[in-house]
Amino acid sequence: MTPDADSWARAALCLRLLLSAPGYLAGASIRMRASPDRDRLLSILQPLNMRRIHPSISDEQLFGGLDLSATLNYSQVIENKGILSDPRTMVVGMAERCGGDLAAKLAHQMDRDIGHCLIALDEGAEPDETLPPALAERLPFHIAPEGRMPKDWRVVPAGTLSVTPAAVSASATDAETLVLLAAQFGIDSLRVPLMALRVARVHAATHKRTSLEQTDLEVAACLVFPHRATRLPQAEPENEAPPPSNPETGQEAESDASSRMPEGDMLVEAVRALLPPDLLAGLVPAGTGRRTGGDGAGQKRKGNRRGRPLPSRPGRLDGRSRIDLIATLRAAAPWQPIRREAQPNTPGLLIRPSDIRLKRYVEQSDRLLIFTVDASGSAAVSRLNEAKGAVELLLAQAYAARDHVALISFRGSTADLLLPPTRSLVQTKRRLASLPGGGGTPLATGLQHALALATQTRSKGLTPTLIVLTDGRANIALDGSTNRTQAMEDAEQMAHVFRAHGIQTLVIDMSARPQATLKALAGQFDGQYLPLPRADAQALTGAVSAALQG
Amino acid sequence: MNTPFPFSAIVGQEAMKQAMVLTAVDPGIGGVLVFGDRGTGKSTAVRALAALLPPIRAVESCPVNSAKSAECPEWAELGSKKLVSRPTPVIDLPLGATEDRVVGALDIERALTRGEKAFEPGLLARANRGYLYIDEVNLLEDHIVDLLLDVAQSGENVVEREGLSIRHAARFVLVGSGNPEEGELRPQLLDRFGLSVEVRSPNDVTERVEVIKRRDAFETDHAAFMAHYSAEDAKIRDTILKARKRLPKIATPDAILEDCAALCIALGSDGLRGELTLLRTARALAAYQGRRKLSRDHLRAVAPSALSHRLRRDPLDEAGSGTRVLRTVDEVLG
Repeated sequence: MTPDADSWARAALCLRLLLSAPGYLAGASIRMRASPDRDRLLSILQPLNMRRIHPSISDEQLFGGLDLSATLNYSQVIENKGILSDPRTMVVGMAERCGGDLAAKLAHQMDRDIGHCLIALDEGAEPDETLPPALAERLPFHIAPEGRMPKDWRVVPAGTLSVTPAAVSASATDAETLVLLAAQFGIDSLRVPLMALRVARVHAATHKRTSLEQTDLEVAACLVFPHRATRLPQAEPENEAPPPSNPETGQEAESDASSRMPEGDMLVEAVRALLPPDLLAGLVPAGTGRRTGGDGAGQKRKGNRRGRPLPSRPGRLDGRSRIDLIATLRAAAPWQPIRREAQPNTPGLLIRPSDIRLKRYVEQSDRLLIFTVDASGSAAVSRLNEAKGAVELLLAQAYAARDHVALISFRGSTADLLLPPTRSLVQTKRRLASLPGGGGTPLATGLQHALALATQTRSKGLTPTLIVLTDGRANIALDGSTNRTQAMEDAEQMAHVFRAHGIQTLVIDMSARPQATLKALAGQFDGQYLPLPRADAQALTGAVSAALQG
Repeated sequence: MNTPFPFSAIVGQEAMKQAMVLTAVDPGIGGVLVFGDRGTGKSTAVRALAALLPPIRAVESCPVNSAKSAECPEWAELGSKKLVSRPTPVIDLPLGATEDRVVGALDIERALTRGEKAFEPGLLARANRGYLYIDEVNLLEDHIVDLLLDVAQSGENVVEREGLSIRHAARFVLVGSGNPEEGELRPQLLDRFGLSVEVRSPNDVTERVEVIKRRDAFETDHAAFMAHYSAEDAKIRDTILKARKRLPKIATPDAILEDCAALCIALGSDGLRGELTLLRTARALAAYQGRRKLSRDHLRAVAPSALSHRLRRDPLDEAGSGTRVLRTVDEVLG
């Protein structure tokens, strides 16, 4: 079977299991762009009677609340039922845009274990755009079929289960196998093996078995583990890695270790075969950290103009804020009989200023500091370490201000994005420490990369700020040729583009003596110029923070 | 499946369990904050706590669980004034809760149907003399946080809105849990929590297997599982009750007080709340262990949870503040 067809077959299996026991399995994430294939996939889930929710759904729709019109009509409190009041299947569209707070609310509901099922449609284009981790953590399946749907693709529903999944008996070793396997793939959360156990039970139930068998575990492991793996198991399980024959697992494990050894290996092989091919590239070193990115939520700013809606607050209309009509009416409603008594002749609703409710929104906007660091030979000789120290100190300040940072270095004939925008200090520090030096100074290329990043992040709602650390001796032109004049011209060209985009810029001169050309370049940026001959890191930081605040 | 997972059945996570038990021994410690990775049993432990707490005696119809009928707020329309025993309230503050739900508001039903002005108590009233639990506390909205800070400090909820002017006692233990990756907590709120613990996924395979086994047994073989562990829970509850009796009698040598101060100075923790909490927690631990006198070992055991969240944060310190506390404890206490 080709890999594509294989991924579709796995998707079919996920759907089949999900259809059999939606509430027990709690859902799946489907990573596909909107397409006929996805529609077909969703149409298979139709029997679950799904309710659609969107990332900016209000709490009232989710949890229910007062039904104002009915309450007024009947003079008694009538509450709306929220979507989450009863166990049901929900589909979250554009789940990658779902914020941390909605994710937390949904996750809490799923933890109640009353039979909610959540289908999260992940339409993220970039690898970083994924589900909020709190949700991804609780969804056993990750359906991401590759290529076109095979013509003969279909899902055979298992029909009504004659065996309740929860009644399928699992032996102690079954649970152990799954935990060990999860540990081998570097999966930290303990929810994952639990979910795998549930999947195994459902699989057994669809085959009308009342106890778990090897195939059930294999299927469960293959469906639940691969997309969560953070490392590959060691080929030859040493004592360090948790192999199936770990002596610490007690006498019970020792007694049948020999019988389980091959089984564990087979499972490892089965899951390993399903690991995504680019896993190694995206792997984080075990135990040191986790993936960057996440929901990409910047720092939130509350206001009354734009962004996602928040619950409204009492306030006065001052011409700048917007009224929340429904909330205002709701605030006024209970008082109508009392106010009517006081003013029997006034027609219409009696609304007082104290009833006014104002809309509030939360907007995501954050500053991104793009450090563009010259790591060329000329800079490296004396100042690169100083620059590193300065960037590190700046990072501490950026952390305090909740700024994002990105790191670009240029040397030789190329520029590299060493660190995509992140708030992780530890990562930035690590990348910075390993920044090598030497080679030519392709200043324009570095700026080009910075510009691409700046425009891209700006469209995501960040406010980019460029900080260039260089000695100004540009000698590699944009086309890669070694031509000092051309290189400087190209750099100026880039500076003009930056100015046209209105990106705030700070040029830090790290050469031994202030360079007039660099000062001119800073002028082209319409930015600030900081000559720092013989500066220590501390002085550099002070200068930068002063310049940024000014 | 609505019975919570029993507290005694939670595998490992000793620091978290100890912190929760200690706040049960002395509610004056002022709450626990549990921060940590996903899937480590944070919420499970808090929800399990409810079953562990000894019942309280309260006026039957009092909305704020007053212990005496004289303490009931005057606005409450009391039916029966009988004292009844009821479980210690553990109230969930959901993330989406509105201000009205939290502090209480005009009783809309009565206003609409009878045109009467009456107060409908909120979550803070129900949490009086009990626990208020906030899951994902770092995602809580700022204005709710402000409210909580105010009430947690004064022990009284004052409602001045919609023509109502009402106050009632609201003394509760704040318990928060969250995942630091999703956002930080404001320092003011951080400081209100007496203890903070960090939980991690267990690294030991045996422990992990045990977690899965117990959880699985809880789901599949519910009755037998509960029967076994409710007895265990009852034992902890008895110890807590004994510890509460013993607590006022714990002797505190002056040398220990000096140790407390020295420790806090060495760590540079802001304010004096650190010393006070450290001392209280250590005393609660001594009582729980059945000792009569406070010793350095008690201080050592509780210092990380009582102090680690009160330090000035060094953003470039990768080790985390827990390690810093331990290091300083070793230096100061020898």
